[in-house]
Amino acid sequence: MIKNNTMQKQEYTITVYTENQIGLLNRIAIIFSRRKINIESLNTSPSEIEGIHRFNIVINETEEVIRKLCRQVEKQVEVLKAYYNTNEEIVWQEMALYKVPTDIIAEEVKVERLLREYGARAVVIRKDYTIFEATGHREETDKLIAVLEPYGLIEFVRSARVAIIKNSKGFHEKIKEFEHTEPSEDVVGNEFLNQQDEVFSM
Amino acid sequence: MKLKIHVMDTVELIEEKTASKKNTSISGSQAVMEACLFEGVDTIFGYPGGAIMPIYDALYDYSNQLKHILVRHEQGAIHAAQGFARVSGRTGVVFATSGPGATNLVTGLADAMIDSTPVVCITGQVFAHLLGTDAFQETDVINITTPVTKWNYQVTDATEIPAVLAKAFYLAGSGRPGPVLIDITKNAQLQLFNYEGYKKCDHIRSYRPKPIVRKEYVQRAAELINAAERPFVIFGQGVILGKAEEEFKAFIEKAGFPTAWTIMGMSGIPTDHSLAVGMLGMHGNYGPNVLTNECDVLIAVGMRFDDRVTGRLDKYAKQAKVIHLDIDPSEIDKNVKTTVPIWGDCKETLPILTALLQQKDHRAWLNKFKEYKAKEQEKCINEELHPLTDELTMGEVINLLNELTKGEAVIVTDVGQHQMVACRYAKYNHSKSNITSGGLGTMGFALPTAIGAKFGAPNRTVIAIAGDGGIQMTIQELGTIMQFKPDIKILILNNQFLGMVRQWQELFHEKRYSFVDITSPDFVQVAKGYHINGQKVTERSSLKGALETMLNHNGSYLLEVMVGKENNVFPMVPQGRGVSEIVLSKEEI
Repeated sequence: MIKNNTMQKQEYTITVYTENQIGLLNRIAIIFSRRKINIESLNTSPSEIEGIHRFNIVINETEEVIRKLCRQVEKQVEVLKAYYNTNEEIVWQEMALYKVPTDIIAEEVKVERLLREYGARAVVIRKDYTIFEATGHREETDKLIAVLEPYGLIEFVRSARVAIIKNSKGFHEKIKEFEHTEPSEDVVGNEFLNQQDEVFSM
Repeated sequence: MKLKIHVMDTVELIEEKTASKKNTSISGSQAVMEACLFEGVDTIFGYPGGAIMPIYDALYDYSNQLKHILVRHEQGAIHAAQGFARVSGRTGVVFATSGPGATNLVTGLADAMIDSTPVVCITGQVFAHLLGTDAFQETDVINITTPVTKWNYQVTDATEIPAVLAKAFYLAGSGRPGPVLIDITKNAQLQLFNYEGYKKCDHIRSYRPKPIVRKEYVQRAAELINAAERPFVIFGQGVILGKAEEEFKAFIEKAGFPTAWTIMGMSGIPTDHSLAVGMLGMHGNYGPNVLTNECDVLIAVGMRFDDRVTGRLDKYAKQAKVIHLDIDPSEIDKNVKTTVPIWGDCKETLPILTALLQQKDHRAWLNKFKEYKAKEQEKCINEELHPLTDELTMGEVINLLNELTKGEAVIVTDVGQHQMVACRYAKYNHSKSNITSGGLGTMGFALPTAIGAKFGAPNRTVIAIAGDGGIQMTIQELGTIMQFKPDIKILILNNQFLGMVRQWQELFHEKRYSFVDITSPDFVQVAKGYHINGQKVTERSSLKGALETMLNHNGSYLLEVMVGKENNVFPMVPQGRGVSEIVLSKEEI
C-alpha cells in the first residue's frame, strides 16, 4: 500500500475568518470536540479588517480529516472562510513567559548566556524573580524550559500559535470589497448585568 | 392668565401623529408578531410560560391573524412545526418558555437539524440582568442548542428583534434548511422601542446558501453519464426540499435511469413511476441495494450517503464513478468519494445537466432490477403481504391501507419496524407525502407531527402510523387533537414489543430479549377519554372494514391493530456488512 500524505497525521494550522459574534468560538470548538479531536492551540484575534475576526487553530490529524473539518467550519453561518496549512506553508510564532529566581541569574553566568542565546528578553525584574519572554517555534521554547529547569524555573506559560499563511493575498482583497459595501454589524452584548439591584422582576 | 392656543399648533400636532405611525413605539413582543406576519406565518405551535408571557400577551391581540395551537408538551410543538414544514414546504414556528420549555425542544431541534427541516423557535428567557444567576426557569439555552441548530441568537434588546427575526427566517428556509432558535430575554419583550418597519432578509455576507454552479463539472458529469452502460440514480430529500420534483422527473426520463429513493426522498417521484425501482437502505429493496455494487455510474441527487444507506463504506459502490449533486458542499466527499461533484441547488443544476444528456433508455439494465424485485417478492414480500398465518402482519395492514388511500394520503410514521414496513409498502402519487424521522429516528414522532401536517395541508388525508412503543412516548398530544380537532387518522400496529430492538436481539444477541416487552393501555379507552373515536382489530376478517371506517370517519379516529409478536422485517443489510450482502431471511445471516 502506498502511504501518501493524506494517511499520515501531521500538524495543521487552520485559519478561520469570521464575523465578530458572541458564541461563535463555541460553535467552532464543538466541531472538534464532537469528534474527540484535541485542539493543541487556539487563538482568536481581530483581523486587519474591521469587524472581521480571525481564529488560528492547531490540531494534529490527517489531511482528509482536516479537509472535512474545514468544510464543517465553513458551514457555520458566521464563518466567512477557513483555510488549512501545514507548518511549511505558514509563518508562525508562539510566545512564552518564564519566571526565574533572580538570584540564579545573578549567580550563574551560564543562565544569562543561555537566555541571550535564545533571544529571551527580560520583561520584569524584581528582587526575588525575573520574568523573561521568548518568541519562536515550539521546539525552541520547549528547549528553553528544559535548559532552565535545573536552575529552578518557577513558572512557565506559553501562548497560542499565531500564524500567517505565506501565500495569502487574494482573500484579503476580496473581503475588503465586502467591507466597503457591507460594513460589519455591531456586536450587541448584555448591558444589563450590572443592573440587578435596579430591577424588580418576576 | 389667558392661554393662547394657536390654530397652526393644533394642525401641526395632528400631522405629527399620523406621520409617526410609521415610527411608532411598540414593544419587543409586538415586533415579534409583526415579524411573523411579514414572514407569512399563520400557524404557531407553542406552550406559554413565565418568561414568554409578554409575547403571549401580544399574541392575544393578533389571534385573528396568527393561529396558535396549544400543545401538551413542547416536544409536541416542535414536532408539529416539523410536520407543518415538511408537508407544506413553509417554515414551522414554535413558541416556548425558558428553562424546561426550551430544553423540551432539544429533541425536536436535533431531529430538524439532521433532517434539514425549516423551523424557527422563539423561546422566552429570564431578564437580561439575571442571566447566569441560576434564576427561576433559567437555562443556558443558547449553549444547549448550539450543536442542534443551524443558527441561534440571544436577544437582550428589543431594537435587535426585527433584524434578528428576519435573519432567522431567512436562514431557516434558505440553502440547506434547518432549525433556528431565537432566545428573547423578558426585558427585551417588554421594552418599548422606535419601530422602523420590518425588512425581510435576503443576504448575509458570511453565508452562501447556494454554491455557484460550475458548468465544467456539469459538463464532465454529462460525459460520464452519456458513456455509461449501467447508470443508477439515487435521490433523497434534497429533491423535495429544493422543490425540484419536475426537474428531477425530466432528468430521469431523458436517459431512462433506474431510480431509487432513500426513506427521506420517498414520494419525490410517484411510487408507480416506470423508472422507480424502490427504496435504498438497511431495510430497502433487494435490487437497489445489490445493484448499487454493479452499476458503473452512480448519480446521487440531494442525498447524503447516510450510514443506513451505504452499509460498510469500503464495500459501497467502489466500482462506480460517483456523481454527487448537493447544495451543501460539506456533504460532498464526506462519506463517499466523488468522481464529479456538482454543487448547487438541484432545481438549477438538474436542468443544466438534463440538457447535456443524450436521450436513451437502459431497458436491459432496468430489467435487472425487475428480476431482483421478483426474487424479493417471492422470498419476502409475499409472506409479509399475504401471510398464511392467523396473526396479522404489519405488511398486510399497510398494504390494505394504501389500497384504500389510493396513494393520495400523507403518511406520518413513528420509528421502528412499522416505519420500515410502512415505507416499503407505501404508495404515493404526490410529493411531500412521506413524513418520517429518518436521521434521528425519534420515537414519538408520529402523533405530534401528524397534527402539524394536518394544519399544513388541511385538504389532504393525514394518517399517523405508530407502534405501541412510539405512540406511548407522545400520547399526551391526543389532548391537542381533542382541543383543536384536526382530522388525524391514527393507526397503531401493536406487536407488544419494541419490535426493532427485539429483532436485533433475536438476530444478533441470541434472542436475549432484554427489556423489550412493553405493555400498553387499552388505546381505544384512552382515545375515548380524549373524546376520540376508535376501535381495536385482532382478526383479519375485520381489518378492511375497520380501515374503511377509520378513513371515512368524519373526525379523528384511532385504530389499534394487533399484529404478530415476533415478526421480523426483511430484507435487511446487517450492520457491518456491505449493501450487496443484503439478506432476504433470517437463515441467510
